[in-house]
Amino acid sequence: MSAPAARFSPARVAAMVRRYVYLLRSSWPRLLELIYWPAVQLLTWGFLQNFITQSAQADGFAAGKVGLAAGAFIGAMLLWEILFRGQLGFSISFLEEMWSRNMGNLLMSPLRPAEFVLALMTMSVLRLTIGLVPVTGLAWLLFGYDFWSLGFAIPLFFANLIGTSWAVGLVVSGLILRNGMGAESIAWTLLFLMMPLACVYYPVAVLPLWLRPFAWALPPTYVFEGLRAAAFDGALRLDLMAWAAALNVAYFIVATMIFLRLLQSARRAGSLVQMGE
Amino acid sequence: MTAAAIEVAGLVKTYGETTAVAGVDFSIAPGSVAGLLGGNGAGKTTTIGMIMGLIAPSAGVARVLGADMASRRYDVLHRMNFQSPYVDMPHRLTVRQNLDVFARLYGVADVAGRIARLREELQLGEFLDRPSGKLSAGQKTRVALAKALINEPDVLLLDEPTASLDPDTADWARARLESWRRERGATILLASHNMAEVERLCDRVIMMKQGRVVDDDSPAALLARYGRADLEDVFLDIARGRAGGAP
Repeated sequence: MSAPAARFSPARVAAMVRRYVYLLRSSWPRLLELIYWPAVQLLTWGFLQNFITQSAQADGFAAGKVGLAAGAFIGAMLLWEILFRGQLGFSISFLEEMWSRNMGNLLMSPLRPAEFVLALMTMSVLRLTIGLVPVTGLAWLLFGYDFWSLGFAIPLFFANLIGTSWAVGLVVSGLILRNGMGAESIAWTLLFLMMPLACVYYPVAVLPLWLRPFAWALPPTYVFEGLRAAAFDGALRLDLMAWAAALNVAYFIVATMIFLRLLQSARRAGSLVQMGE
Repeated sequence: MTAAAIEVAGLVKTYGETTAVAGVDFSIAPGSVAGLLGGNGAGKTTTIGMIMGLIAPSAGVARVLGADMASRRYDVLHRMNFQSPYVDMPHRLTVRQNLDVFARLYGVADVAGRIARLREELQLGEFLDRPSGKLSAGQKTRVALAKALINEPDVLLLDEPTASLDPDTADWARARLESWRRERGATILLASHNMAEVERLCDRVIMMKQGRVVDDDSPAALLARYGRADLEDVFLDIARGRAGGAP
């Protein structure tokens, strides 16, 4: 006989995390993929950084902004990967249930939406750790870039980026629940909409004036500006981190409301029992 | 008076202009097995979806073990379970891993002990540590049944439990369901197109057509009323509008 369903059960969150860990352990391509793409990105941006830095030095601009800006490429790329892979980690764990036709079993179990979401968040952090920690080592080995030298800024950058990735992951999951697998491509592409405005590789100042308010409305913009402040001036801009955190809290609340509305709408539309395309 | 295990009152579901369920009422007593029959588009799956709380009714209420499934499903989900050929379990996980995860989701106290008992009862031993995606249809049915019984449910909802199974495996699955009901006193609601299965398992048959309940009685009473030898002919009479029975 099973125990009555508590309002929130850490044991059910742990059961779902266990399910995803079983899956990762059973499939080496899944594990390899976690490292593969960040490593490919690192090589591309690392070599570009080397090229620009060397060209700048050859032209006598070693101390100038060109060299410094290029020097921030690898850091920016690693932070972008936290944002992008964090959202993918959330969304892919969710999609695994759709791909395996297991969602009906979960929705009919005592697992509550909040517990499911917490398990997805846990998995996004776990998948990121598996994928990115080795790549930071590779960045140091191949390009002499020490990501960990950012020190206390790292948890602040990480928390703000992962917060945004979870908010986006929640909305994507809600859209898939409501619209079925036809909405799957959103999981892979939605975040790229944010990329030009988040100013990953260049400062907000290069954007046209009318576009800047949109950029400042995105929490990751503050993180990437914060990274450049750390790289150029050696400064930890807590004001930027506070703005990002405040925006993240607001976006996460809105994303939760959207997810719950889409779940409610899926119940009304009967989508939860017809989870195909 | 004993409260119904499943109670459906004035249940309606519309999708825009289309009415899938047009005012359905029935209640199922604890410990009984009821069959929900009807042709394609009769409203069975939508009705079961509303009983499971996965579809929000447009009107009316579906209660399981006294809980309104639209608003209080989490009060009773740990006492229910279901099986359907339209859902599956993660293919890369072994049968044991899948059962382990579901046992924990349902809050089963002794996970290893429960899996060991199911292994014996449902003869899972030879493939318990094999990936679920590498099982035959018959083995998958046993695993789906094991998942449906993992929390020793008081209410079991079964949608086509023996669809696409060979007669031997289907017979085995029915025997397991019969013994589960006998031992546990569980309530079972079964949607099926297999009339022999319904005749064998069900105390009562609820016939649906175009979103409405058009007949509701024991298999024997239905056979007598329609003057037929088996439920398949009764089904055809209802589906083709031959309400009086013989052509």
